[in-house]
Amino acid sequence: MNARTITTKRGCKVRVLEAGSGKPLVFFHGAGGLFPENPFLDALAKKYHVFAPELPGYGESSGDELLEDMLDFTLHGWDVVTALGVERPHLVGHSMGGMIAAEMAAVAPNDVAKLVLVAPAGLWIAEQPIPDLYALLPHEYPKYLFHDPAAGLALLTGGLDFSNLEVLAEFYIANSRRMAMAGKILFPIPNRRLSKRLYRVQAETLLVWGASDTLIVPAYAERWQQSIAGARLVQINEAGHMVPYEQPEVFVSAVSGFLG
Amino acid sequence: MKFTWFNLMPWPYLADDFREQNRSIWVDIPNKLYDPEKGHFLYNRYMDQLEWAETLGYDAIGVNEHHQNGYGLMPSPNLIAAGLARRTSKAAICVMGNSIALYNPPIRVAEEFAMLDVISGGRLIAGFPVGTPMDTNFCYGQIPALTRDKYAEAHELIMRAWKETEIFAFDGKYNQLRYVNCWPKPVQKPHPPIYIPGGGSIETWDFCIENDYNYSYLSFTGYKRGKELMDGYWEQVAKSGKDESPYRGAFAQTICVGETDAEAEQLYAEHLKYFYNRCLHVYPGFADPPGYRTIKTLKHGALSALSEDALSKFPTLTWKDLIDGRYVIGGSPETVVQQMEELIKGLHVGHVFCLLHVGNMPDEKTRHSTKLFAEKVMPKLRNMWPEWKDDERWWIHPMKDRAQPGVSR
Repeated sequence: MNARTITTKRGCKVRVLEAGSGKPLVFFHGAGGLFPENPFLDALAKKYHVFAPELPGYGESSGDELLEDMLDFTLHGWDVVTALGVERPHLVGHSMGGMIAAEMAAVAPNDVAKLVLVAPAGLWIAEQPIPDLYALLPHEYPKYLFHDPAAGLALLTGGLDFSNLEVLAEFYIANSRRMAMAGKILFPIPNRRLSKRLYRVQAETLLVWGASDTLIVPAYAERWQQSIAGARLVQINEAGHMVPYEQPEVFVSAVSGFLG
Repeated sequence: MKFTWFNLMPWPYLADDFREQNRSIWVDIPNKLYDPEKGHFLYNRYMDQLEWAETLGYDAIGVNEHHQNGYGLMPSPNLIAAGLARRTSKAAICVMGNSIALYNPPIRVAEEFAMLDVISGGRLIAGFPVGTPMDTNFCYGQIPALTRDKYAEAHELIMRAWKETEIFAFDGKYNQLRYVNCWPKPVQKPHPPIYIPGGGSIETWDFCIENDYNYSYLSFTGYKRGKELMDGYWEQVAKSGKDESPYRGAFAQTICVGETDAEAEQLYAEHLKYFYNRCLHVYPGFADPPGYRTIKTLKHGALSALSEDALSKFPTLTWKDLIDGRYVIGGSPETVVQQMEELIKGLHVGHVFCLLHVGNMPDEKTRHSTKLFAEKVMPKLRNMWPEWKDDERWWIHPMKDRAQPGVSR
């Protein structure tokens, strides 16, 4: 994919990966950010004009200090769409990105073509509390994120050598910066009262969930279906929270089947 | 030199296998371990000790704020300080401090500290910590990346509330108040001395220097490990062009004094073990939530933090390790004097928070150590900064004529 940097009207500098042609599709990544390799985006780009912006605080994107609360994040999403010069895109959001995409669809219901929410954050079920990501040690991430934690770890780190302290320190700092940003909408409980606004979503909606998601368990899918009228659900086997990375082919076929 | 007798107020009834049975002494310590009836005697014993320390000549008595913490029983240090204010008459009352980002609105801190200053007749030292991530983020739910911003706003509000003589509106990001009107106001003008307890955040140095606040480094790893950090602070002071009064800095040190080196070991070793093994058993996942430390601070210290995890060594440290490594200053009065001189000169500090109660130390041992320090150590250290002896900028300025509790007039 090609990378370029756009500047939003608010002043955030946003690195965007871009590929393909056709109907515009904007992908919003989760709290961990884009991985070094994102094969599901390459596959989607065979059919759609795919844009994957990195949130300020992630990678080379900057202006984190300009975004402080949920409304800032939501409007930033639309500011990015505006800066990209596309209209009525499909919005696809994963985890934290799903929370942002759902908020975007709630505040501007007429500006979304279709909405795909992949194991989205944003709701809270008291009986099914989401584990506290902020109290996890980085080596504990894989077991909450992947159906196959060992294979997942390799995806997560992109083959970095963590026995090298400098590499480890660099990863630690970058991870802190990303999760610090995410904490503005996820800490201490990833619920910014989105449930009060979901009635406004008009776009046709698809929910995609990994059957072995232990971070945001599939019980949440049901709650989302109750909150967005007519939302469909596809559950994917042998996939955890990082379903687009663990089962890219099944994931892409479910998404493109829905988007048309 | 100034000496504060400080009590963290640990819970002394943690079982021998506490560490094995629980992941943390802080944040998610099982609350069924707390026994209020034992707690009753404990608060009273600890407050007695603080009050007694004044009679031995300690310049200040100190309390602090922790939440959901097995080694700190003071979610509200102000309540303890209010009791101390009534039962003491000379010592500074050092509240180290109120985590000002946690109070909603923080004008509450301006009011309560003013009350303490008024009740005590101007004896309050006001500490404004950012707060540990355990207290601030995990127990009190503050967003890590916004904690410092919220702290800065709370600080601005409190200082304006104390200084301004007209009612004003405060349109903050976290606090909107139409009528800020601090009532009562502190005795000390324009405000009580302000101390900022710091861990290792380098931004805190500049904040202290700009405002002429005392920077207090609070750690349990002793003065050898504190040196690098304090050197960094003093370098920054020098760069700013301000004078290098040792009263700009303070340090917290665990101290155990016996009649002889051997007696000290025999009396106190088990209590140090209790503290370092059980009390410092904090789940590492609570120690550094992303966003709490700034990227600048992380870059400054990330490598050393990853390569040498001091915390992981705590549980196995013996008396000899703790003394030789100078985590703890312990031994006969002569030994303690010599090491205290090293600390005071080495860190260039005019004020030491003396942690003389340790872990599950019983009352009589606490008093033994406290008394020996007051009688045989303190006098020898009093005049270590003769050239700064008249520097009262970081000290209390009480009213000359003060009420006597129990005697109405």
